Amino acid sequence: MTATWPADRLVGLYCQMYLVRRFEERCLELSRKGLIPGSIHLCIGQEAAAVGAASALRSDDLTVATYRGHGHVLARGIDPRAAFAEVLGRQTGLCKGRGGSMHLTDMSHGVLPPNSIVGAGLPIATGAALAQLHKGADRVVLCSFGEGTLNQGGAHEALNLAAIWSLPVIFLCENNQYSEMTPAYQMIKGDSFATRVAAYGMPTTKVDGMNVQAVAEAVAQAVTRARNGEGPSYVEADTYRFLGHYQGDPGTSYRPVDEINYWRARDPLLLLAAQLSAEAGMDMRLKAEEESIEVALDTAQQAALDDPLPLRDDVWEGLYAAG
Amino acid sequence: MQQVRDKVDTGSSVAAAVHEMTYAQALNRALAEELERDPSVIVMGEDVGAYGGVFGVTRDLQARFGPRRVLDTPISETGFLGCAVGAAMCGLRPVVEIMFVDFTLVCMDQIVNQAAKLPFLTGGQVRMPIVFRTQQGARPGTAAQHSQCLEALFAHVPGLRVLAPATPADAYGMLKAAIRSDDPVVYLEHKALYATVGPVRLSEYIVPIGMSNTVRSGSHVTALTYSAMVPVVLSAADALAEDGISVEVIDLRSLAPLDEAAVLESVKRTGHVVVIHEGWRRGGYGAELAGLIQELAFDWLDAPVGRMGARDVPKPFSPVFDSVYLPTKDSVISALRSTLC
Repeated sequence: MTATWPADRLVGLYCQMYLVRRFEERCLELSRKGLIPGSIHLCIGQEAAAVGAASALRSDDLTVATYRGHGHVLARGIDPRAAFAEVLGRQTGLCKGRGGSMHLTDMSHGVLPPNSIVGAGLPIATGAALAQLHKGADRVVLCSFGEGTLNQGGAHEALNLAAIWSLPVIFLCENNQYSEMTPAYQMIKGDSFATRVAAYGMPTTKVDGMNVQAVAEAVAQAVTRARNGEGPSYVEADTYRFLGHYQGDPGTSYRPVDEINYWRARDPLLLLAAQLSAEAGMDMRLKAEEESIEVALDTAQQAALDDPLPLRDDVWEGLYAAG
Repeated sequence: MQQVRDKVDTGSSVAAAVHEMTYAQALNRALAEELERDPSVIVMGEDVGAYGGVFGVTRDLQARFGPRRVLDTPISETGFLGCAVGAAMCGLRPVVEIMFVDFTLVCMDQIVNQAAKLPFLTGGQVRMPIVFRTQQGARPGTAAQHSQCLEALFAHVPGLRVLAPATPADAYGMLKAAIRSDDPVVYLEHKALYATVGPVRLSEYIVPIGMSNTVRSGSHVTALTYSAMVPVVLSAADALAEDGISVEVIDLRSLAPLDEAAVLESVKRTGHVVVIHEGWRRGGYGAELAGLIQELAFDWLDAPVGRMGARDVPKPFSPVFDSVYLPTKDSVISALRSTLC
């Protein structure tokens, strides 16, 4: 990691992480009130990975995330109201209420459909990248996934494909230490996911996934490489899911309290706030930023709650192309 | 679905060159013309490049259009099908060859969960112009993992179009329609048909998706079939004609969407219907047709809907079993006859 970035730049990242954190905490509340149907998979604790990575992208680059993808999607600048509306199943949602929490898509912001099949996004990301080469565009594709994905065959097929065709993909592994409810390192021999990926012939880097600047810099390097036609890279961010696998899982029965406390002390928002607080007046500034995000989220959430549900007669919408 | 009847087979449309060619050559020709016509079309698959595909369907395409448009892939069906899905969402029109339909079972996620569903679950934000070209069906000497017919699986899935051409002309005209479709199409060729020869009217011949073809008119009984069973059923119909039995043979061509109007019109006229296909009988496409016909044409039926398919066992290897595994000309004759008794 290079020297610490200027405060203004870091405040921007802090605000994005805060937005993601609060969006998700609000989702959890809405879920508990029975207003969000079905499961939500929160990335609380992992915000630095999503926000750091997105900060390294150009606005026309592409993102392929997973069902734990709220952070990656919000970090691309999508409208929080449309995101709330989607998780609430409203017609005004990003996907008109057809996708829900796991599929927040916004093609106008380069956000391809996040996937709820573990590993399916990696092959799809290679295709999105292939299309850019085909068009002569220099867009890159950020493909994020959890470490458990690296036990899925299709993921390895995609890593190989990206390597042999030198595709502009950044494979971002968010290693949150657990493959759903099972300790990640019980499910592989040895102690490294990255060495497997290196075998496909691409550079691999490990970063502190709780340090947003570290993630941003590692991904930026991979982006430069991809944009210059030098092919894919793998970045692994060590991080932790503060909550369970989904809203119904407290995440405490299979994880030691000491471990949870260790990682919570490394909360990416707390770390960055502590680092920034050395600057005069920073605490006040962050507080003001938080308040204005809170107000914006209040408005977005309420608007989404007031938004109309889809019409039952429109159940076929989107299934086939018109005509 | 608009019922435009097929003018080209009657020879009544504008003059266009008619060439005799094989089913494989017709597919190759359609691919070459679409690659030429639309720069967003790409072809991907195992051995499709320099080798030209194991059935020769992609022969010479890489030499002509280059390795960036005709891509050899690793033996990674999930990988390259997913690649096609991503490419299709970003503006390309991939035509993917899956060497045997049996291999779709290792990459079904990308077909069923991704290609078929993403347009819908994104609220129509993405379209999925992919053709999954594959071939199915039994041939002497094929065993259970290189011979099955899985059309019922694909036709079951909302979001997919499922086509099964029986002749070189249709192989050509339906592939062109499939490539131009913005929906994912499972394009089921048949390994026993690649070498069959027939006339193909080039350039102008496009068979809209969802259109059947009545390949023989008749008044006593309707035979619904497709793919390599079409010639078998036609030969059975010829034999029955000598006994004064008039069989109407409909080549469905498109299984999803189905040309429902043509099927019902024929069934209501004849009052008798038998479905004949190579897929397993249990849960086969014929079961769907039988269900549909009894729902919508029950009062016109003079007999139960007959269903013929492969025996409900994996395809056995030894040729001794060939005559009992699939419907044959003789078994089709007797099924058509018995539905009239």
